[in-house]
Amino acid sequence: MSTTAASPVRRPNSSSVSWRLSDRLGLGLAWVLGLLFCAIAAAIVIYFLVEGIRYLRPNLLVTNPAAASSESQTGGFLDPLLGTVILGTMAMAIAVPVGVGIAVWLSEFGRPTGLARVAESAVEMLAGEPSVVLALFGAILFTVPALGFLSQTTHGVVLGQSFFAAAALLSLVGLPLVVASTREGLQAIPSHVREASYAVGKTKIATTRRVLLPAARPSMLTGTMLGLGRVISDTAIVLLLLGGTLTFQAANSTPVLGLLRGTGDTLTGYIYYNAPTGDGNQPSKAYAAAFVLMLFVLALNLGVDVVLGRSRTAVTWK
Amino acid sequence: MDEDVFLERDRGLSQDQRAELGLGALVFVVVALLLAMLAFVFHEAWPSFAHNGLGWFGGGGNVDRQIEAIFNSGEYKTAPVYTFHAWPLIWSTIVITVGAVAIAFVAALFIAVFMIEFAPAWLRRILEPVVRLLASVPSVIYGLAGVLVIVPLIGNHLITQSEKAAVTPTIQLSGASLLAAVLILTVMIAPIMIAVFADGLRAVPRGWLEGSLALGINEWRTFWKVAVRTARPVLVAGTVLATARALGEAIMVSMVSGGVGFAPNPVDGLIFFFEPSQPLAATIIRNTEGLGSPPMKHTLYAIAAVLLFSSAMLSAIGWAAKQPMRRYGVVP
Amino acid sequence: MKKPPPVRRLTGNEGYAPRAFVAPAPPPRALGAADANGNGHRPSPAFAAPSSRAARGAAMAIDRMQVEELSVTYGSKPAVKSVSLPIRQGEVLALIGPSGCGKTTLLRSLNRLTELTRGASASGRITLDGVDIATMEPTALRRRVTMVFQQPNPFPMSVFDNVAYVLREQASRRPRRAAVRGAVRDALARAGLLDEVADNLDHPALRLSGGQQQRLCIARALAADPEVLLLDEPCSALDPQSTRLIEELIIKLREDVAIVIVTHNLQQAYRIADCVAFMYLGELVEYGSAHKMFGSPREKRTRDYVGGAFG
Repeated sequence: MSTTAASPVRRPNSSSVSWRLSDRLGLGLAWVLGLLFCAIAAAIVIYFLVEGIRYLRPNLLVTNPAAASSESQTGGFLDPLLGTVILGTMAMAIAVPVGVGIAVWLSEFGRPTGLARVAESAVEMLAGEPSVVLALFGAILFTVPALGFLSQTTHGVVLGQSFFAAAALLSLVGLPLVVASTREGLQAIPSHVREASYAVGKTKIATTRRVLLPAARPSMLTGTMLGLGRVISDTAIVLLLLGGTLTFQAANSTPVLGLLRGTGDTLTGYIYYNAPTGDGNQPSKAYAAAFVLMLFVLALNLGVDVVLGRSRTAVTWK
Repeated sequence: MDEDVFLERDRGLSQDQRAELGLGALVFVVVALLLAMLAFVFHEAWPSFAHNGLGWFGGGGNVDRQIEAIFNSGEYKTAPVYTFHAWPLIWSTIVITVGAVAIAFVAALFIAVFMIEFAPAWLRRILEPVVRLLASVPSVIYGLAGVLVIVPLIGNHLITQSEKAAVTPTIQLSGASLLAAVLILTVMIAPIMIAVFADGLRAVPRGWLEGSLALGINEWRTFWKVAVRTARPVLVAGTVLATARALGEAIMVSMVSGGVGFAPNPVDGLIFFFEPSQPLAATIIRNTEGLGSPPMKHTLYAIAAVLLFSSAMLSAIGWAAKQPMRRYGVVP
Repeated sequence: MKKPPPVRRLTGNEGYAPRAFVAPAPPPRALGAADANGNGHRPSPAFAAPSSRAARGAAMAIDRMQVEELSVTYGSKPAVKSVSLPIRQGEVLALIGPSGCGKTTLLRSLNRLTELTRGASASGRITLDGVDIATMEPTALRRRVTMVFQQPNPFPMSVFDNVAYVLREQASRRPRRAAVRGAVRDALARAGLLDEVADNLDHPALRLSGGQQQRLCIARALAADPEVLLLDEPCSALDPQSTRLIEELIIKLREDVAIVIVTHNLQQAYRIADCVAFMYLGELVEYGSAHKMFGSPREKRTRDYVGGAFG
């Protein structure tokens, strides 16, 4: 039962090693870079936290910007703050229905296949498009007389800059994210769920409305929040299509429409304006506005985490 | 009773058909709009290309003065001037984009590997949200940090007086430079790449990794040779995505790169990194007042067309690059 | 009821006689319940003892590994309780037992793969050629004790690269293709795959059939020139034809490599094992030669399991 003839005990190749030097260096580099990344991220977060707290006064949130020479008189950023909220809402109000519609069509219908492929590519392309290009496109598009009703016309020249104009282009920025997320959510639903619904005689569209979309709600919500995050972070489109006036300049006195046809600003435009490279050059105000904007972005990020976290513990499709 | 059923069926299109047509029309309209945008941009860009031919992409003359001349000719209604040689702008775009993407790629790859496989659990729980947070910071805020921190740092501490004196006749070294733009752009696009790489690496089946470990290969080598190698298509896709982002980044770069149509010269040695420049996207942002002047408008659209074309190409490459991974049944 | 086809033992060709697989007598309502006479019911042996155990057998087996009082717990759950057994070159050791009995955990302890699971802790000792494996570097150990998994997991590379992977990554300097070609062909030959892939070694491994992929994994494991080969239910995902090929392969390999195979399939254990260890709920219930375990097991639980009374 024990060893009899001595069998040659094979030793591994004598030149084999467990951890080569290059492996150790590689692992070391990974650690270094990982920690460096944390350090840089911490530096950025702390920097803006400190500067933001230093310069953010509550009154900044409720007063409007004013053109003045001394900093104490230039006011706060109430209108830009509201501008961010308004634009974000408007842009997503367009992007979400359109995006969900496109996602549903791509996922559940998708004929003719030529159109489906082109649509997929177009949305992908849109996702990678620089917003300057979109802004430039909108800058000319909205000066067309036919679209003059969306902004102001003075002396026969269409201004082309308004909340409507900016929202329209910003919806294109948020659209790909909504489409991608919703599609993913729909495709994650196994086919037997659809078959069960068809088997009781429900139409495809009713199935989609009653069964699939509710199930894909976390994905839609995630896509919406991601899209909104992109929209409120954008500066180029705002610069070209919103007019950059410090306060809201309504086009006429009609309550809501007048405002939306008029010009204004957002937090991003305000920050750009007040950076040292901008005309306003008031870094303190810029810090304060940056802090508030970051809070919005953080809130959206947290929202996405919450939705994803909750959806993971939700009913699975087994 | 039976007639009701028949009547139901005869009533024109069924619910599904109507929905399909409606949604299909929506998709068609959106696609048409996007294609129209493409066509529009290229149409508006054409005069500038037509007047300059291939010289549009070449060098020759001071591009800032050319821009001014173009703008003036439109403003003052003189004969339209289209002369435009964008090489300094193109070169600046190339250097900044390639520089940022190269550094970010290496960093992002190692960080993604670290995050997925080698970081202790507590560190991973911190890293993942941090990556997502940094990826969503608005570019104008990065620009703000750049202008208020990085640029003065470079201008006051890294560039010596003698270096400034050496180039004074031609350009000003103020800290707004290639280096600033590349550094901040790297920090901006790295989180995106990390997120994409991490998704791809995570999708590699654990069975493959376990199989390699069970053969006596150490963890680092196993991960590198099996997971990273399998995720190569995702690496390409993420890099392409980040490149498109870097290319189109106008706001942040316009704040920190110097705003001068100067082509930084590598021959200048160390000063090369400190030289100001202006990439294509930033040029558009800095000249938006010129949209009223027709020649300027066409020139700006020409620049936009170049950007549009490049990012479309990159999107296509990115999409094509992801396909091989599906063959293995690995869907990132 | 039609009798299933006879099950043959595959170990060696000397003196075996095909035995019919006898379906076990229907089990009583409760195991071990007394019948009318108060005698506990004993299920009849499902396998008639083979007429002779192959003569070559134990005498030529060389001790390779020794498991001494091994206990493994995952968190607070004990998976393996105080198991001791020897692993010898020249024989096939089959670990059998119902699901969750700890046989896979025991197998994975042999090459310290259990360390990869969080919360796993172990006590006891396992030695390889007399050296406690806990003192070795894990990667060095795993080169001498390699493993083949239940699901074939060839890397997304060519057949050649899969087998050469081990040779390339273990060497301190990457050897050239010509240098490893011999070893690769050798390993493929030992795994019985060479004939099927010889004409194109650069064929992508993932395009092979399931059985070929598993044999490729065996070739890959053999390329490391191991002393012990661990197999975790290697045939459970394969068709009977591939299973037969792999079982014959295992028999051939046992001369050079100690083989430990975890299997759910009692007939497979019957066909190829020389020694059998029956585990139940983490305990090693019985260990002995296959002859004894299938013919006249000592423990009641072994009898019940082998007789098909529970699974």
